[in-house]
Amino acid sequence: MDWYPLINSLRIAAISSVIVFFAGILCAYYVAKLPRVLKGVLDVVLTLPLVLPPTVVGYFLLLVFGVQRPVGMWLDSIGIRFVMTWYGGIITAAVVAFPLMYRTARGAFESFDMTLAYSAQTLGLSNSWIFWRIRMPYCRQGILAGTVLAFARALGEYGATSMLIGYTPGRTATISTSVYQYWRTGDDRSAMIWVLINLGISAVVLLAVNLLEKKQRGGARR
Amino acid sequence: MRLVVDIKKRLGDFLLDVSFTAEDGIMGILGPSGCGKSMTLRCIAGVERPDSGHIELDGVTLFDSARRVNIKPQNRRVGYLFQNYALFPNMSVRQNILCGLKNEKDRAARERILAEYLELMQLTGLEDHYPSQLSGGQQQRTALARILVNRPKLLMLDEPFSALDSHLREKLLVEMKAILEGYGGVSLAVTHSRDEAYDLCSTIALMQNGSIHTLKPTKQLFADPGTVAGASMTGCKNFSRAKKTGEYEVEALDWGIRLTTAKPVPEDLTHVGIRAHYFSPSCKQNNYPVTLLGSIEEPFEDIIRFRWKNQLPDTPDLWWRIPKQFRPQGVSADYALGAAPANVLLLRDLK
Repeated sequence: MDWYPLINSLRIAAISSVIVFFAGILCAYYVAKLPRVLKGVLDVVLTLPLVLPPTVVGYFLLLVFGVQRPVGMWLDSIGIRFVMTWYGGIITAAVVAFPLMYRTARGAFESFDMTLAYSAQTLGLSNSWIFWRIRMPYCRQGILAGTVLAFARALGEYGATSMLIGYTPGRTATISTSVYQYWRTGDDRSAMIWVLINLGISAVVLLAVNLLEKKQRGGARR
Repeated sequence: MRLVVDIKKRLGDFLLDVSFTAEDGIMGILGPSGCGKSMTLRCIAGVERPDSGHIELDGVTLFDSARRVNIKPQNRRVGYLFQNYALFPNMSVRQNILCGLKNEKDRAARERILAEYLELMQLTGLEDHYPSQLSGGQQQRTALARILVNRPKLLMLDEPFSALDSHLREKLLVEMKAILEGYGGVSLAVTHSRDEAYDLCSTIALMQNGSIHTLKPTKQLFADPGTVAGASMTGCKNFSRAKKTGEYEVEALDWGIRLTTAKPVPEDLTHVGIRAHYFSPSCKQNNYPVTLLGSIEEPFEDIIRFRWKNQLPDTPDLWWRIPKQFRPQGVSADYALGAAPANVLLLRDLK
């Protein structure tokens, strides 16, 4: 059996989760500080990929990274191509999963008690120390939950991915695109195997989210 | 040590316009909620930026809009005790206090200072507890220790007792006073409780609608608040419009009586006030007949509402506070109350 789709899906989900983790937290932190109008506009833009059909996201990504397009051409000239390559999948998964991380991180940051940051500042503690040692631990449950959700979404990404990187066995195939291909070509047995694998991974991820939430509630009680 | 503050900050319809100077000792800022007390402290700490003005501490300019000086809160050396104490919930008592000792590079010195303050604040044995496991008083002492080990030049307390049960309050007030006196520098305490301000502070600034209108030594402020707002904030309940009728005499227009005063009556007098504690049936001065109305019982005192016989209609009833054992029994029709001339507050209305 060819395990490539599993490995490819996992590495795409893992790498895009790491990107989304930092990008989501950074955006959540800085957008919260912006003036109201700009904040509203950016909030909409950053959340859009969550509600747009993945095919629309895929279309936009082709507009940017297509090899006939300025950005795509420039990237091609320095040897990077996101169309029809496995790492193009990182881009699609990251864009689609980003809003989940951004919104959960923002929710967590908004519940942060600013007097903690103020008192730390008056004690002479640096802003980056405050961010990593006080704000992040304070918001860790929300941020962890956001990361897990983003990972799960990245793993299951199909629409935008199939448009940008397509399906090439052994090169760009992911679990979700494989299921579609096997079903289309009448290989029900292979399709079923990948469906079960996907089910297993998703169940584990959701279990992890539930455990985190339970722990969070337990923490609140203490 | 000296703190000079002169700042303006606009927040929507609200204008904060504060200017005062505080010397060594404890200065109270007394005012109703929303009058800008906490915002003033935040501006001094540097976590909020005033629109314009000047802040100077111990000869160092912390903020000056004209000279474009705005020192970071990290470098202001201002200790700020928040209303909720702002202990870091993910750190133990020990770790919280060590946060105030980040500048002390010598490990042995750090441990020595930590132990010293744990002892001083009666926190020994609680080093490894987390803030959620501490009582309100212990949380407050931890927060104070964290601030004091950082050696601030100025100590600011924002409603230090509001988060505590009332029975703990008096005990902690005594402890806090001792700690602040031990600290020695300039302290600012923001409160809306006149009792806390009276017990804790050597001078009191009265604040209303974003500005300080009166700043006096505590005893003097309570004896002669000067303005209706000041008298009201220091707990006076009974006011009447008034007119000067003699060097030592005023006519209380609402009350329909003339009152003799101990001090010369100022020309710009608009009101008089008499505190609820200062009426007495046995006082023969300023003695006029009254009608007693209902009463409110408190554990050790009664509050009796009354009106002067000649009082104008549609003016508020007066309050008389009296220890329970002296409560009048079997009141006759010609019952009268008096007040000593020294207890007649001579006031101006700010409006």
